[in-house]
Amino acid sequence: MARFILRRLAFLPLVMFGVTVLLFAALQTLSPEARASLYVKDPRQLDALDEVIRQYGLDRPAHVQYGRWIGEVLKGDLGYSETAKMPVAQAIRAFFPATLELALAAFVPTVALGVGLGTLSAVRKDKALDHFTRFVAITGYSLPAFVLGLVLLMVFYGKLGWFPPGRCSDSVLLLTSSEPFRRFTGLLSLDALLNGEFAAAADLLRHLVLPAATLTYVSIALLLRVTRSSMLEELGKDYVRTARAKGLPESVVVRKHALRNALIPIVTMSSLLLAGMLGGVVITETIFDFPGMGRWAVAAAQQLDIPSVLGATLLASFLFVLANLAADLLYALVDPRIGVG
Amino acid sequence: MRNLRGNPMARVGLVLVAFFGLVALLAPVLAPPPQGSRDPYLIPQDGISSEPAAPSRRHPFGTTELQFDLYYGMVWGARTAFKVALTVVTASLLVGVLIGGLAGFYGRWVDDALMRLTDIVLAFPDIVLAVVIVALTRPSLQNVMLAVAAVSWPSYARLLRGEVLALREREFVLAARALGASDARILFRHVLPNAVYPLLVVASLSMGRIVITAAALSFLGLGAPVGYADWGQLIALSRNWIGGSAGSPFAYGHTVLVPGTAIFLFVLGWNLLGDAARDALDPRQR
Repeated sequence: MARFILRRLAFLPLVMFGVTVLLFAALQTLSPEARASLYVKDPRQLDALDEVIRQYGLDRPAHVQYGRWIGEVLKGDLGYSETAKMPVAQAIRAFFPATLELALAAFVPTVALGVGLGTLSAVRKDKALDHFTRFVAITGYSLPAFVLGLVLLMVFYGKLGWFPPGRCSDSVLLLTSSEPFRRFTGLLSLDALLNGEFAAAADLLRHLVLPAATLTYVSIALLLRVTRSSMLEELGKDYVRTARAKGLPESVVVRKHALRNALIPIVTMSSLLLAGMLGGVVITETIFDFPGMGRWAVAAAQQLDIPSVLGATLLASFLFVLANLAADLLYALVDPRIGVG
Repeated sequence: MRNLRGNPMARVGLVLVAFFGLVALLAPVLAPPPQGSRDPYLIPQDGISSEPAAPSRRHPFGTTELQFDLYYGMVWGARTAFKVALTVVTASLLVGVLIGGLAGFYGRWVDDALMRLTDIVLAFPDIVLAVVIVALTRPSLQNVMLAVAAVSWPSYARLLRGEVLALREREFVLAARALGASDARILFRHVLPNAVYPLLVVASLSMGRIVITAAALSFLGLGAPVGYADWGQLIALSRNWIGGSAGSPFAYGHTVLVPGTAIFLFVLGWNLLGDAARDALDPRQR
């Protein structure tokens, strides 16, 4: 077991090495002048462009440059974000908590509903519920997030005025950035509760409803079908028939026997979904004007602000690789046979 | 194939795709470009008022912000959607088949090197990598296609590698080798044709996702320029108007619903077809 985990852990830096090499290679399509902004901590340094180019060896061979660049990245120096008007690392710290909050608000219902409905759908194959679930799945992955999000905004904001866009009202923004407000987690709605500011928490949650609902709807489709097909496969196996023949109640057969064995693809899909949400809820954040990583990355891409885009990408791919690792480790938990080999 | 015809979902999918195919083919008839237009994909503008106009006799689907005609945009947008989807699928199939085929066929270090590359590309969330590529190459529809192809090929490569690994040990491949066939001949004449069905299923399943990703990039202002007949770009023009006007919250609803419905039905069509093809090929999943 320990060897399995170690082997997996050793894989992480290897993949990240590949990811950074690939990104760095893509960067070589830009001129040294354009790449200089990746290194500076303050835009004023760019006034002395030649100095920056010389200092960081931007006129040297590519492998030397890669070494210098990766050294800076490992130190947490990712350049200056023109979009956020602050260093990239600082911008990530500012935007990531919002994304994390949104991702959690969507991930929990996605998994609960996805696995729950997917299982029920497999158990009641070809019944009304199954048809409903399959309808949700096929529309969920045919409906782009930007269409759904805009329609939801039109109805619940334009018509009903219930759920406004943005992360919170102006008064709450002032409150949460004021001195006595303590940020325990960075998840503002949770922090507001911990500070005893219940009205502010309600306001923050109200802003979270539509983006979380949109994200859930477009993410749930994949989990629904994976759960359904994995459950269908398990329910058709001999051990399920044996369990039924022993006279076990159907709920035990489904939950204790079949679902346990169907979990592996479900775990994979869930961890990838979470990583995708953490790494870039690009569209949902942009539509709902939710100030997280995704909206920042898009604004940066529109302005060709390369350091910001690159910083966001590095974080996103790191989280993605981490999620794959987590999935592998969870496999070993779910299925003890895996860790042995 | 018989399964496909008997499946009502597949029939709906086929009708949808055929409908859009017909619209795309007949675009010059259905929505003739105005006289002297230098590019039929540029939507004619009726004035420059920023406020979208509701559907009328002159503009059956209404207009967007800046008075681009939505009917014209939908018709020529169907062409754009096919162009984008077919170009990206073809490009990523070619790259995926080449990489997956070589990796599976030669095995050993070739396999290791190519599959590690595939793993690395798969280590990026799709849309994020696409945004990076577009930002590095400058926003345009061409670069959107390039970006989406660059994130799409790994799934084909993986799939084909698996197929080739299984096929290359089969007797007919051994027989071809014994007859002295060259590597290229074995790969292209014997192995690939036998791996083509799963590839086509994945291709039809990915058509929808490709169109969504490309439309999303255009929506984000990273793809087609303003006024180009592209559904994603047209939806972006509705963003300032979702609040409606005083007293009538849905006054500009058509600016979202018209292009939104077009994208949804196009993608739905491909997904229904792809699902049916997958079920026909792998009945276990049903």
